[in-house]
Amino acid sequence: MLYREAGQFKTSYSADQAMLTIPLDRWFVFGLAAFAIIGVPLVASEYLMASILIPVLILSIAALGLNILTGYCGQLSLGTGAFMAAGAYMAYKIATNITWMPIWLVIPLAGLCAAAIGLAFGLPSLRIKGFYLAVATLAAQFFLLWLFVKVPWFVNNSISGVPTAPPRSVFGFEVTGATASNEAKYLFVLAFVIALAWIARNMARSRIGRSWMAIRDMDIAAQLIGIRPLPTKLSAFAISSFYCGVAGALWAMCFINTVEPTAFDINRSFQVLFMVIVGGLGSVLGSFLGAAFIFLLPIFLNSAPGWFGYSVPGDIITHIEFMLFGALIIFFLIVEPHGLARLWQIAKEKLRLWPFPY
Amino acid sequence: MLMKKLATAGLAAAVAAGAIGVAQAEDGQFIPVLSYRTGAYAPNGTPFANGYVDYFQLVNERDGGVNGVKFIVEECETGYKTDRGVECYDRLKDKHGGATVISPWSTGTTYALIDKATNDKIPILSMGYGRTSAADGRVFPYVFNFPSTYWSQATAVVQYIANEMGGLEALKGQRFAFIYLDHPYGREPIPTFDILAEKFGFTYDKYPVPPATMTEQKSIWLQIRRTKPAYAIMWGWGAMNSTAVKEAANIKFDMSTFIGNWWSAAEPDVLPAGDGAVGYKGATFNGAGTGYKVFDDMKGVDGLKGGDDMGTVLYNRGMVNAAFIVEAVRLAQEKYGEGKHVSGEQVRWALENLDLSAGDVEALGLTGLMPPTTVTCLNHEGANPAILVQQWNGKAWEIITDWIPAMTDVVRPLIEQDAAQYAQENSITPRDCS
Repeated sequence: MLYREAGQFKTSYSADQAMLTIPLDRWFVFGLAAFAIIGVPLVASEYLMASILIPVLILSIAALGLNILTGYCGQLSLGTGAFMAAGAYMAYKIATNITWMPIWLVIPLAGLCAAAIGLAFGLPSLRIKGFYLAVATLAAQFFLLWLFVKVPWFVNNSISGVPTAPPRSVFGFEVTGATASNEAKYLFVLAFVIALAWIARNMARSRIGRSWMAIRDMDIAAQLIGIRPLPTKLSAFAISSFYCGVAGALWAMCFINTVEPTAFDINRSFQVLFMVIVGGLGSVLGSFLGAAFIFLLPIFLNSAPGWFGYSVPGDIITHIEFMLFGALIIFFLIVEPHGLARLWQIAKEKLRLWPFPY
Repeated sequence: MLMKKLATAGLAAAVAAGAIGVAQAEDGQFIPVLSYRTGAYAPNGTPFANGYVDYFQLVNERDGGVNGVKFIVEECETGYKTDRGVECYDRLKDKHGGATVISPWSTGTTYALIDKATNDKIPILSMGYGRTSAADGRVFPYVFNFPSTYWSQATAVVQYIANEMGGLEALKGQRFAFIYLDHPYGREPIPTFDILAEKFGFTYDKYPVPPATMTEQKSIWLQIRRTKPAYAIMWGWGAMNSTAVKEAANIKFDMSTFIGNWWSAAEPDVLPAGDGAVGYKGATFNGAGTGYKVFDDMKGVDGLKGGDDMGTVLYNRGMVNAAFIVEAVRLAQEKYGEGKHVSGEQVRWALENLDLSAGDVEALGLTGLMPPTTVTCLNHEGANPAILVQQWNGKAWEIITDWIPAMTDVVRPLIEQDAAQYAQENSITPRDCS
């Protein structure tokens, strides 16, 4: 009843090819985007915006990137953190050395640098598969972080080695660095999120996305129907690394305000991988759900007792968090390998029949 | 009509604002605590946090706060992660009338908070850690790192080694090993060591320990056994320290030539290695044990978290950290009104004008725990950065030297150079301190 598709006819090719074919879906997504752009900056508190929404949105971009590689193309990667670091360091390097360049261009450029690096580390994927490939990407994780720390050129020979994000503006509003207002930072990040999510969704249902999925499902069969594995896998690596690079650049510029290698260590790679697994492999929506879930659960567990007037020591909460996380990962792998996105889909299908299921 | 309504609304707002102001004063001085009692750094983070919160508890119970203004302490668990530290900071900074001062307890978090806290007008007290160049108060008005920075500490450690070897000339041609946590914290002293190496003609090998695998140091210590350094210097934290001490004991490294910085020389670092750790040295600025006057006052105070930690190196240091803040608040009240709530900005002024003589420290019952400190607008590191060297005798840490001064003539130009680069990149005009 609530969610009715009957009687909705498409009368043109463009309507048939639209990204969101069901009007209810479409209005919901447009409404959500409009609310995120207009409503949130008006109503959200500083804490909500600076410490919750901005990191969740940035991690969503990283999760989208890994989802392209792992969820759509089936190539397991543990190098997400390193590609994010590549984006962060290159964004800093470009922003401080080419000062006339607008920041909205710096960040995609940093993403392109990360893409080039991702391309190089994607090469072994032609020969090695599955867990062996994961180990090869692990090499990227350790090598790149080592490189950024080792070579002072990346941080402009700064003595401390932890440079601060330079303040930069878009349309006269400062969007990076600590003095920027949270609203400006949030909208800047949101613009990237919307653009990248839209591109990802469209890539997934176009030729390139379908060839990724063919490679994922059975690479020999995909080769037989004329999909070349080399460009397909490498494009997945490049695009995925681009997304991760943009996420890393935004993380350093708009969230923690410093370019710090520990923010992109192996734990970050695992965190993003968990987001993709819990959120849903091969789903754009899943990337958002997973990012929100994995990032917010610890904070929720941490603050929830306080809302009810209990004070539980922080160490106990953190230990509960570890246990809950382990349990959730196992639960999702066994019960719902397609993650939160699949649960959402099931709910939608139920709503189609509600309240008269047969 | 409209004017009347507006006037009423304005009046109501003014009354409400006044009420909030009063509420703040009654609320007390808020101290956010970014603790880490879990994870690989918990062995060090827990006693430090306990000492910190216990000292505030002591001041609240013994003196009823500072001139009647009590401290409100709230913890937030960070796990030593930078992003969680930033989140905790954002969560706590506006509570209870606003944070008085923030102690990030992590060099990574300190770096991330410098700009944010400056913007929010909350002073950062990164006591003996964090960004070294923040010692230049002209560029970093809100950041304080007394009683000494990592760079000063590195020079003092080298000075100590020189003293042991018979003078700075004896350093020529020596080979040292530097084992450090591969984290902003561990890398911080490297530029200083580079300069010292060039100046005094010694060489040193760098052994980074990645945070993710800090309990696996076998290969590092095999290399050290092969290269036979005259001295091994360590900049470690958390489980890395105890692993290093254990591995050093395993290769029968002469422990009296192994020296840690003051975050690498506490009880949790040496106890796991048992007798093998005897002779291990470390820098410090505070004594260990409970033989100080302040501990007599702590007997009978309710709600202390210390327990067995009391008297350990890090517990005592946590107390010193809190004591600096309490004295800064006291000074701020002297200037801005006794018995009143003071804002972060006012405490910043107090931190900058802090002048604790040996007599003041004595009056607090902290002699031997807290070094006498003088901070100025120009120098946020404190006037005379220096270290003590302590040695583990198998049961307790013993202080074996007098104060060893840092080579400020080497460090200060570096601080000013780095601060100037920071100021330039962030378009900050350094303020005038004269």
